[in-house]
Amino acid sequence: MSGVGTSQMEMAAGKPVRQGNRAVRRFLRHRLAIIGLLIILFLVLACAIGPSLLPYNQLHIDLRHRFQAPFMGPHILGSDQLGRDLLARLLMAGRISLTVGFVAMVLSTAVGVIIGLASGFYGGRIGGALMRLVDAVLCFPSIFLLLTLAALTTPSLLTITVIIALTAWMQVARIVDGQVRALRERDYMIAAEALGASDSRLMFRELLPNIVAPIVVSATLNVANAILMEAYVSYLGYGIQPPTPSWGNMLNNAQEYLTTAPWLALLPGAVITLAVSSFNFVGDGLRDALDPHMDLPG
Amino acid sequence: MARYLLSRIGQSLFLLLIVSIIGFALLHLTPGGPLSQFALTPGMTAADLHRIAHEMGLDQPLPIQYLVWLWHLLQGDWGRSYRDQEPVLAIIGEHLPATLELMASSTILAVIIGTWVGVLSAMRRYSVADYLATIGAMVALSIPTFWFGLVVIYIFSVSLEWLPSGGIATIGNGSVLDLARHLILPCVVLALVTVATWSRYMRSATLDVAAQDYVRTARAKGLRPGQILRQHILRNAMLPMITLAGLQLPTLLGGALVAETVFTWPGMGRLFLDSLGYRDYPVVMGLLMVSAILTLIGNLAADILYVVFDPRVRLA
Repeated sequence: MSGVGTSQMEMAAGKPVRQGNRAVRRFLRHRLAIIGLLIILFLVLACAIGPSLLPYNQLHIDLRHRFQAPFMGPHILGSDQLGRDLLARLLMAGRISLTVGFVAMVLSTAVGVIIGLASGFYGGRIGGALMRLVDAVLCFPSIFLLLTLAALTTPSLLTITVIIALTAWMQVARIVDGQVRALRERDYMIAAEALGASDSRLMFRELLPNIVAPIVVSATLNVANAILMEAYVSYLGYGIQPPTPSWGNMLNNAQEYLTTAPWLALLPGAVITLAVSSFNFVGDGLRDALDPHMDLPG
Repeated sequence: MARYLLSRIGQSLFLLLIVSIIGFALLHLTPGGPLSQFALTPGMTAADLHRIAHEMGLDQPLPIQYLVWLWHLLQGDWGRSYRDQEPVLAIIGEHLPATLELMASSTILAVIIGTWVGVLSAMRRYSVADYLATIGAMVALSIPTFWFGLVVIYIFSVSLEWLPSGGIATIGNGSVLDLARHLILPCVVLALVTVATWSRYMRSATLDVAAQDYVRTARAKGLRPGQILRQHILRNAMLPMITLAGLQLPTLLGGALVAETVFTWPGMGRLFLDSLGYRDYPVVMGLLMVSAILTLIGNLAADILYVVFDPRVRLA
């Protein structure tokens, strides 16, 4: 109620309500998205500075305390089959998994935006061909594609990130293509074209700023997807290779120890779920905040 | 209708052609290539490798190799496995039923639960149950399938010892009960993502239909709410869901791959992983093609069923 009141007062005072402010306010009202954002910040901070505060290194082998259950000894969250500290490993793995998630998101969004822009802007044959390419790649279940590429290349942090990006750009491309087609014949585009703007200027300076909102939303959801995909390939043994820990490969042989040391399987998966759902909630909140057609007060 | 059908089938076949080119290029352009498996055999000389490459036609230009492969494919010869020289089509045929069983049973389960949750959320919009369903669906979409599998194995196999932790049947026990007991856990795990997606779409479809004029008319006529829900709302809300079911097929297939690994289920997913481990190119290629064909059939079926079930759709 108070939100409506202030904006009315602002308008009465002749002060224009800026679109950006409204989006921020709408986002802040989305409680789950805020919680998600706080969890992400916490995870990033913990992974960044946590390992240096811990008494154990993630690679330190402590054979006297193998399979120590959480809260039952010197290792806070327990230890694995080699006596390595689980918390230290989780935090170091978080650095890897979150980095893969972010970088893969940037790459896949960039590829998706460029292909979507080109397809929507040029339309006709080029657009048709590019969108058929998108359709064709979408015919493969992404895990099949991901595993094939990962199994046939030498696994490294870089290849895994690139491969995840290569299997995740299609959705962005479709969204951008649709938006560009809708905006292509707007007056401001025709005006810019009449003034002699180059194709790249039209695409990147005129069109792109107008379709940022849906791109931001799908980029956020792409981080969640990339973290999940890294977990899948690493769990199946084709992703990040040990001893470098990632959230996925920590679960790699946890199934063997499910009877004796269930925490080895339960904790990394819980962290993945926490991180991925946080990004999904933030993405959902951004969608509500940035969509001007949403019928929310304020 | 016939013309629409023909053009859609034509489009799908064209897409399948692109898919086959992408798949073929993917497998043959990556470092190593099909020969790398043979290069590891002890006592293999460069001359032997060259001979094998020649026998398998691998020394020919890639486009020629592709056309040869495609020509054989069209005649029903999908090549032979590098591992045991069995025909690829026969191997896939052996593994397909287990995967289809898993996919079909989990879809049925997911549709029943998802529909119920979605309709309930829509009918009691903004209630506590609705919020819980929203949050639950979002979290369900964020859980790694394989980890959810480990959790249910831990609860129901390790701790409670109610259900077996893997496999499709106990050896030497062919009873239906035994099969069902093995199916429960993988089926539930695979259904999780589908339930989440289905319930979300069902909720918005129900809300859309409930706002229509004919629903208000039905209410004004004095029909009981239950009757309106069943005969007016549900029937129409299920229409867009047909499309969703078709489009969900690749996700379902990918999920099946993961679920099969966790539960040592002898289906296509496990075959795919084993073949990748052996670099068994013909089988991997065959499985990529089968998954793409299943996806395209799903999309096609969705489009056609939509027209069949919704008489309002007029095809130009």
